[in-house]
Amino acid sequence: MKKIKITFEFPPNSIKQPLTYRLIKDFDLMLNILSADVSLNRTGRLTMDMQGEEDMLEAALDWVKKQGISFKIFEKEVIWNEDKCIHCGACTAVCPSGALSLDNETWKLTFDREKCLICELCIQTCPLGVMGLNGDNASLDT
Amino acid sequence: MSKTISEINEKIKEGKAVVVTAEEVIDLVERDGYKKTAETVDVVTTGTFGPMCSSGMFVNFGHSKPPIKMTKVTLNDVPAYAGLAAVDAYIGATELSLKRGMEYGGAHVIEDFIAGKDILLQAESYGTDCYPRKEITTKVNKDNVNQIFLFNPRNCYQNYAAATNSTNKTIYTYMGTLLPNYGNVTYSTSGELSPLLNDPEFRTIGIGTRLFLGGGVGYVAWEGTQHNPDQAKSENGLPVAGAGTLSLIGDIRGMSTEFIRAGVFQKYGITLYVGVGIPIPILDEEMLAKTAIKNKDIYTRIVDKSGKVDLDILVNYEELRSGQISLFGKKVSTAPLTSLYKSRIIAEKLKGWILNGSFLLTEKVCDLPAHNKVNTLEVRG
Ligand code: SF4
Ligand code: SF4
Repeated sequence: MKKIKITFEFPPNSIKQPLTYRLIKDFDLMLNILSADVSLNRTGRLTMDMQGEEDMLEAALDWVKKQGISFKIFEKEVIWNEDKCIHCGACTAVCPSGALSLDNETWKLTFDREKCLICELCIQTCPLGVMGLNGDNASLDT
Repeated sequence: MSKTISEINEKIKEGKAVVVTAEEVIDLVERDGYKKTAETVDVVTTGTFGPMCSSGMFVNFGHSKPPIKMTKVTLNDVPAYAGLAAVDAYIGATELSLKRGMEYGGAHVIEDFIAGKDILLQAESYGTDCYPRKEITTKVNKDNVNQIFLFNPRNCYQNYAAATNSTNKTIYTYMGTLLPNYGNVTYSTSGELSPLLNDPEFRTIGIGTRLFLGGGVGYVAWEGTQHNPDQAKSENGLPVAGAGTLSLIGDIRGMSTEFIRAGVFQKYGITLYVGVGIPIPILDEEMLAKTAIKNKDIYTRIVDKSGKVDLDILVNYEELRSGQISLFGKKVSTAPLTSLYKSRIIAEKLKGWILNGSFLLTEKVCDLPAHNKVNTLEVRG
């Protein structure tokens, strides 16, 4: 079993196939949708965790390419250097996914990695420079 | 029944003083009422840990052989002001590094001094008969210089307007990254824990007040710059935007990087996070009532930081702290810039110092101005 985090980008009006249905049905994948921004006449974006057998994942991505859908697999991960964090909350102002939030009892920052879209906004916003990336640059595959 | 500061100090020395934080006092008042709580509690401690740009540090480097009258000074490549006596300099928190720009600046130099690191000192001079040396490059740290103290012209804003952005582009400000179309709201005070909100009329806080500064002991040196006690107030007498301010002073050697940190606001600049805690002596029931204010009673204005729209919206800190407010019928997320987590630690630390007798309260030497006109800068020919 392998798990990847991936963003699909659809050209405007190109969705002929019910993407998630096919991925589940034909390739036996488990999907966890993290964010979806799909609307008419615009490039759509769908970010999710995809889990399944390695050969199935590969086959699924081959199939996706043939549908004219591009995608980006996240190879990086956002790293939170908790020791240096002052728990100010400035990063929560920009986090689009709710991955970063302040616990309203302790007022400490909490980071829910599962929800992270690796948009990198917090990395630029954190005044203390305690958010960073590890791993290689995300590769754009079309 | 009322108490004096010297009576409270006697109790502190005897280890009998009752000290609680500005959050804890709220629960006590709820349980026992104002009268009884005012009799039992002697001191309420406050705390804040937020970005305070108007901060800086004086250093006296000591004289070299042969000596130099420093005119141009950099510390780790960050310019310091040396238009003082031969080896005195002042480095401001927001000053940028000559080579690294916004990555490193005055605030980082201050943090590195506190951490005990060696700092590269480079100085130039025109040379005089009594100070013949024309340049010097050496390393200094907090233990091999003479005096080294923080001197912050403006800290501890009593309340502060919350920020948002009306335009359709992200803007980068000292109030953090503000998303387009009122996409978020940021705010910067510790609310019910905030020092000057717990003594809103500066009854006990004044020039000479001893306080917690950056992990060590500091003092109120003067009213802060832009001190604005005449700011608009809500019905309960609390200001609804930036009002009173303090100028603070304290020895770098007592401080810790846990409570002084350098920060960089994206595309804005460098700032210094300063930890401040001020003890409020509970002289009587009236003073107690001031320290028992709650987040839901403290209102602040929301300001459009793009400067395009004049907003006339008040919110309270309970709403801001909930993480979401409704703005023009839309749910908007709110985020603090002041660390409430650290503010609490500061109030607790100060409480600990007073309880163990190592920190005594002071009488103010002089009042802070109760009224003051804040001028704007006119462009005159
Ligand atoms: S902005 Fe940085 S320092 Fe502040 S809470 Fe987020 S990660 Fe921590
Ligand atoms: S990269 Fe940072 S801002 Fe973006 S989703 Fe992840 S945690 Fe949130």
